[in-house]
Amino acid sequence: MEANNNDALVIGGVSLTSRLFTGTGKYGSDTIIPDVCEASGSQVITVALRRVDTNAATGNVMQHIPEHMQLLPNTSGARNADEAVRIARLARAAGCGDWIKIEVISDNKYLLPDGYETAKATEILAKEGFVVLPYVNADLYVARDLVNAGAAAVMPLGAPIGSNRGLMTKEMVRILIDEIALPIIVDAGIGAPSQACEAMEMGAAACLVNTAIAASGDPVAMGRAFGEAVRAGRAAYLAQTATVSTGTADASSPLTGFLGGM
Amino acid sequence: MQLTVNGQMQLCNDDTTLLEYLQGNGVDVKAIVVELNRTVVKADDFGTTVLNDGDVLEILQFVGGG
Repeated sequence: MEANNNDALVIGGVSLTSRLFTGTGKYGSDTIIPDVCEASGSQVITVALRRVDTNAATGNVMQHIPEHMQLLPNTSGARNADEAVRIARLARAAGCGDWIKIEVISDNKYLLPDGYETAKATEILAKEGFVVLPYVNADLYVARDLVNAGAAAVMPLGAPIGSNRGLMTKEMVRILIDEIALPIIVDAGIGAPSQACEAMEMGAAACLVNTAIAASGDPVAMGRAFGEAVRAGRAAYLAQTATVSTGTADASSPLTGFLGGM
Repeated sequence: MQLTVNGQMQLCNDDTTLLEYLQGNGVDVKAIVVELNRTVVKADDFGTTVLNDGDVLEILQFVGGG
């Protein structure tokens, strides 16, 4: 991976050279995770916490996560702030570090996050020293609440979880990028590298991609594609993309000195 | 005695430690986190934590997620 330390993303005191966060869900086999991490260049990876089923042998996903990865456990399954706080404390007790992705969902159809409960959990956990990355709708007022609650970043959804529909909330995400001083990390819904690239061109600080990589035909190759797309989008943002013309056209070549002209 | 483990009623012999209970049920103690009556139990304390009738245990592990 090409490192550009002048453009590191710093979250919770951790300096990241990759702006692609990845997940560990939905892989056909978890044994592929190290290869996806390497190919994508991702340095942050999510995990979930669930009850052990003593009647069924299940693998331990942690054994497949490379040591250098920053773990980002999520609070999926939490339906309110109290449950999210409880899961976060358990994750930290399990040796997962201080980072936590707050995910509070009580809507089972669209899996949309509850901004009010998320802000409450964020406030409690930030005070306990967690590095809190809340997953929310792309809503300016919720994002402002999260800033006040002590969040380390804001993670608006691009589209409903796992839908691969892309950056459907583009204009609202753009407002967050413009108005919120924290890193804006687009999480959920991104289905193709071009969509991640688009988010990065707009000025998103990073993208979190799980399903689009894990459920692709070749997760290692798709992980690499997402890594390159995120780097390209970030480079384009830093280079300041040229102004969009809303009129007719603006010739790239001179409009004078034509052959055969007067 | 009776325990509630991950939401299910379970029977357990008296004077069983948490470590004995976990190992007796085939749980890999290195890969889990345990909550006893809403309080997290450190892994180092599994062997000295004696279970009591009516205890509520949550035994959790990390799984794939996004």
